[in-house]
Amino acid sequence: MLEQLISFLESIGVSKAAEQINFLFDPVNIPFAVWETLYAPLIATVLAYVIGLPLGVLLVTGEETGIRPMRRGVMTGLNTVINLLRSIPFLILMVMVFPLSRLILGTSIGTAATIVPLTVAAAPYVARLVESSLREMDRGVIEAAQSMGCSTWQIVTKVMLPESLPGLINGATNATITILSYGAMAGNIGGGGLGAISLMRGHGRNQTLVLYVAVVILVLLVQTIQSVGTALSVKADKRISHK
Amino acid sequence: MEPIIEIRNLSKTFGTGQAQVAALQNVSLQVQKGDIFGIIGLSGAGKSTLVRCINLLERPEEGRVLFHGSDLMGLKEKELRLQRRKISMIFQSFNLLDQRTALDNICFPLELVGTPKKEARKRAMELLETVGLPDKADAYPVQLSGGQKQRIAIARALASDPEVLLCDEATSALDPQTTRDVLRLLQDINKRLGITVIIITHDMTVIEEICGKVAILNHGQVAEIGQVTEVFSHPKSEAGRRLVYPDGLPFELSEGRVIRVAFNGGTAYQPLIASLAIDCGVVVNILGADTRNIDGKAYGTMLLGLPESETEAAKAIAYIQSQKDITIEEVRDYHA
Repeated sequence: MLEQLISFLESIGVSKAAEQINFLFDPVNIPFAVWETLYAPLIATVLAYVIGLPLGVLLVTGEETGIRPMRRGVMTGLNTVINLLRSIPFLILMVMVFPLSRLILGTSIGTAATIVPLTVAAAPYVARLVESSLREMDRGVIEAAQSMGCSTWQIVTKVMLPESLPGLINGATNATITILSYGAMAGNIGGGGLGAISLMRGHGRNQTLVLYVAVVILVLLVQTIQSVGTALSVKADKRISHK
Repeated sequence: MEPIIEIRNLSKTFGTGQAQVAALQNVSLQVQKGDIFGIIGLSGAGKSTLVRCINLLERPEEGRVLFHGSDLMGLKEKELRLQRRKISMIFQSFNLLDQRTALDNICFPLELVGTPKKEARKRAMELLETVGLPDKADAYPVQLSGGQKQRIAIARALASDPEVLLCDEATSALDPQTTRDVLRLLQDINKRLGITVIIITHDMTVIEEICGKVAILNHGQVAEIGQVTEVFSHPKSEAGRRLVYPDGLPFELSEGRVIRVAFNGGTAYQPLIASLAIDCGVVVNILGADTRNIDGKAYGTMLLGLPESETEAAKAIAYIQSQKDITIEEVRDYHA
């Protein structure tokens, strides 16, 4: 089977067909690459939410007209840091946080090490996503909650976050996909996964077939995440009449 | 008797410097326990700000808000939150939690104070009965009509066993029939549960339907305050007259004297003008009228142009004065 495929590919002029096909059909290579592609970004997404979700909430509640205004200086500082981190291109940010990765994980190379720059890059993005979801909320509902004697904490946890859930899920889908694509870039600095395969084998060793297959799998992963995210968001949204 | 809510010399401004707008100026009023108290005014009169000052969703710069005689403004945030539970509020846009069912919306105020879930649900079901929607427990707000949403909002407002219910344009988004139903419900709640109701509206008919007392708010000031029947039949203030005659008076030139006839709750269908013509043979000119039939009784005023002949005019005045529940006054500054 494989030999026929190889000779067919060679006959149509694909170079290094044997090497590429053997690599692609190896029972470990591709599944492992998929795993590596997913696990660092997924962990980074979770960590980015641990940091970004409270920040996003603060951006809304802490502003002058928010439910718990904070000092203007604090808000300006918070916004500046977020904007700053968001304006640095990921490839450069990644190199800049090498020392931090080394400090936390003892290394700046490898798939696990990419979790640090991914988190640093994603947290401010997540903060903005959360902020914009929460801002969509009707102020009247918050006012109603206040009139019922809600504390600030109760408004956040019982009103703002649950009412914004569909938007938050959409945001999380976006965040996951963005972080996944950042993760593929991290293939450049010794991160593993499909990104690394595309870059090292596909581009570096001119194994075009491997490049395309890796890219197609990445596309499928993104499509799957998007579909699942959209479905969850729709399911969570009680403003849509489910018949 | 000590009023349940008293507002003293309340002032509130928005903005700063040049852009400063006085929303409320030196507003004082008292609401007695068990009242249905209306606050009416045109948009921009400061009604919504005023009602928000009662539960301190807006903080006035000056003045005091007394609930059972104690000043709410002096309370710490935590104590204020407890007091707010006794002063519930409903809104024009209902402000239900869209992601919760009707039942869970009603449970919300109970959840805030940690009422056990089972108990909260039982209470919520009772409240659904009270507002007449027992079959809508599992419906989400999107599946409800405007009137149903407001009923759920009312049930939610009642969940914390309040003493006062603030209604901020609560019927303004509803059609006339639904408005009437919701007002009946509010009246029923007032009667059965003894809850004091404060209604903010720009709609005269809402006040007429259920309010006992009314305050007219104009440019952030109380223009007039009193019993609804009194204020609406004899508006003393300019703002009051503008409200009672929203389109101004329809004018038709008359050379003779002009009188204002006020109907103070006599039989609605007593045909005054016709009987005046038949009994005395005097024909008067109706220059303007704004009368309403409330519970079969006539309220409102009519502006009549009397005949030029002094004797005929005197006859008409004497005849009208002899009628029950009707008063008249001469209008001297009537300009066509």
